[in-house]
Amino acid sequence: MTARANILGKLRSSLVGTTPRPDEFDEALVTAPWRYAPEDRIARLRSLMEAVHTEVHQCGSDNWPELVAELLNKRNLTNLLCAPSIEHGRALQAYFEATEQTIELLAYDQPVEAWKEELFWNVDASLTGTLGGIAATGTVVLWPDRHEPRLMSLVPPVHIALLKASEIHDNLYDMMVSQDWAAGLPTNVLLVSGPSKTADIEQVLAYGAHGPRELIVLVLEDL
Amino acid sequence: MSQRIPVTELTPGFRGRAEEALTDGQLRNNFRVAMDSLMTKRANAFPDADEREGLRELGNRLKAGALSRLPDLLEQLEKKLTENGVKVHWAETVEEANELVHGIIEARKGSQVVKGKSMVSEEMEMNDYLAERGIECLESDMGEYIVQLDNEKPSHIIMPAIHKNARQVSKLFHDKLGEPETEDVNQLIQIGRRTLRRKFMDADVGVSGVNFAIAETGTLLLVENEGNGRMSTTAPPVHIAVTGIEKVVPNLRDVVPLVSLLTRSALGQPITTYVNLISGPRKPDELDGPEEVHLVLLDNGRTGAFADAQMRQTLNCIRCGACMNHCPVYTRVGGHTYGEVYPGPIGKIITPHMAGLDKVPDHPSASSLCGACGEVCPVKIPIPELLQRLRQENVKDPEQPQQVKGGGAKYSRTERWIWRGWQMLNTRPALYRSFLWAATRFRALAPKKAGPWTENHSAPVPARRSLHDLAARHLDQNGGRPS
Ligand code: SF4
Repeated sequence: MTARANILGKLRSSLVGTTPRPDEFDEALVTAPWRYAPEDRIARLRSLMEAVHTEVHQCGSDNWPELVAELLNKRNLTNLLCAPSIEHGRALQAYFEATEQTIELLAYDQPVEAWKEELFWNVDASLTGTLGGIAATGTVVLWPDRHEPRLMSLVPPVHIALLKASEIHDNLYDMMVSQDWAAGLPTNVLLVSGPSKTADIEQVLAYGAHGPRELIVLVLEDL
Repeated sequence: MSQRIPVTELTPGFRGRAEEALTDGQLRNNFRVAMDSLMTKRANAFPDADEREGLRELGNRLKAGALSRLPDLLEQLEKKLTENGVKVHWAETVEEANELVHGIIEARKGSQVVKGKSMVSEEMEMNDYLAERGIECLESDMGEYIVQLDNEKPSHIIMPAIHKNARQVSKLFHDKLGEPETEDVNQLIQIGRRTLRRKFMDADVGVSGVNFAIAETGTLLLVENEGNGRMSTTAPPVHIAVTGIEKVVPNLRDVVPLVSLLTRSALGQPITTYVNLISGPRKPDELDGPEEVHLVLLDNGRTGAFADAQMRQTLNCIRCGACMNHCPVYTRVGGHTYGEVYPGPIGKIITPHMAGLDKVPDHPSASSLCGACGEVCPVKIPIPELLQRLRQENVKDPEQPQQVKGGGAKYSRTERWIWRGWQMLNTRPALYRSFLWAATRFRALAPKKAGPWTENHSAPVPARRSLHDLAARHLDQNGGRPS
């Protein structure tokens, strides 16, 4: 007998004569306390994210590249990983070229093995889009793909995330149901609610444990 | 990395270790401060009692519902994961699980493993197993890294290094890593970050636990704050997740209340920094992520707990740690005293199924039965009730068939006879009266020692006159009327 057969066999024999309990999910319980007026969603998300050291900026859908340049310059960062092959990456590149920014734009355009060393040690910051945000918990949702791979939002010490105000949902349940996540998840989905942190020593909160030390969320007011 | 010294070998038995821990003022202080703060954080995370109770009830129903169809769900999970390209393995024992993990690493000729936080890998003592075979297995959670560096075991399931303060960590980093001493927590964390970053980059294999496995979509969900879990599951070319068979839930939406209960109960956070949903290895057109993802499903006594409808509730546990944070015993003696992977109330009810009740016979009674653990448990495991049940199992006749592995370890023939005698005395009025008469008249002969009771108390001495006597005399004097 294999371990699998043994385990399943034991479990089944313990259930002989019983019926499975009905599905007792209670949708109201996970949604009703977490509803916000549309105009309050940004404020809620903002206050929760700021409470865990996230920098949140609200800006227009067209002037955000300027803000990105400003934020990087203020920190004296020399390069930024972005995805020039997709819309927001193109917009950023166009702005940086037009204004002759000295910050170098890097692209994640080859398998990680080919440039792991560089990614881990020489990339200052990254910029990615998001699938949306969650007001209830102060969260942005990342849906990595070929253009914006998983490590892009994890390895560089500063991560800038673009969030469209129109894509902020009240709560996680609403978001996953309205977008029908269950029908097909990508290989990796991430809910991110602040920069990396730990309270493992004396419960003193310290940011920048292993992931980004700084998370900057740009809320694009497209409403 | 040198071998860990199993804490169990330091001082034998819960009692001995408890006595030792109680005399360690620093340790008691570290725990007191930490547990007080965790209790406050949890309370603040649930400001609305109705919402909290509703959610706990839902959490209980979801877990109990999942367990009521566990074998089917495991099969569904396996099918979905396989479709997603994840390899699923099954292990009945920790040896089997270790062999499986080792086999996967060997197939890749791997020599360096980074591990995210995983209690199941602690059950397996995976670090030691791999170290003996020449594979370095490094803990990457800051707390786990600290205890590993000091050859210790975690003392809390959420905060493994909670028994240490900054000064102790500073000294450890100084001694082991040659770093300058500092009590600045930020600087200490940055030392950890620097040291581990190189390891994430170089590791051949990343190991993680699983908080919830979702059958509907074939997804492994992990919660964490540090990013070490994301690093371990994303940067190395192979990811091996290890989990107990009880972690499966039917639907994706089920994790909404469960994650909320978990993070709010554990650290009082509305959500952790990262909630990581992994549904498969790197696809051909993707540029990063592991090439292989494996899931090892471990039994290690869980089917034994499952077989007993009452004890099955143990498997509801979502490992939030709230029961230990609120336990007056845990707070005073600390996690190492339990000498097992899972300390505190949850450890007391789950360890007997893994190790056998005879290995931890003192655990069920190391509780004041104050009920705090049951009251805070986000999935409403009736821990005090299960502890009482284990106390009964402890004193069952070992000759009889046992319901809990290793039951009957505290069975005592003498005690059994004493209770029989007591029963006889109390059910035969004539006998009871003559006993009472003798006990009051010959009170000077009462034994001076009464087992453990007289270790800390003076021995009970019968009163000169029994209450019956006194009441009868009183009624006589008052003409049969109570005054
Ligand atoms: S028994 Fe309950 S309170 Fe204790 S760790 Fe498990 S879920 Fe949390």
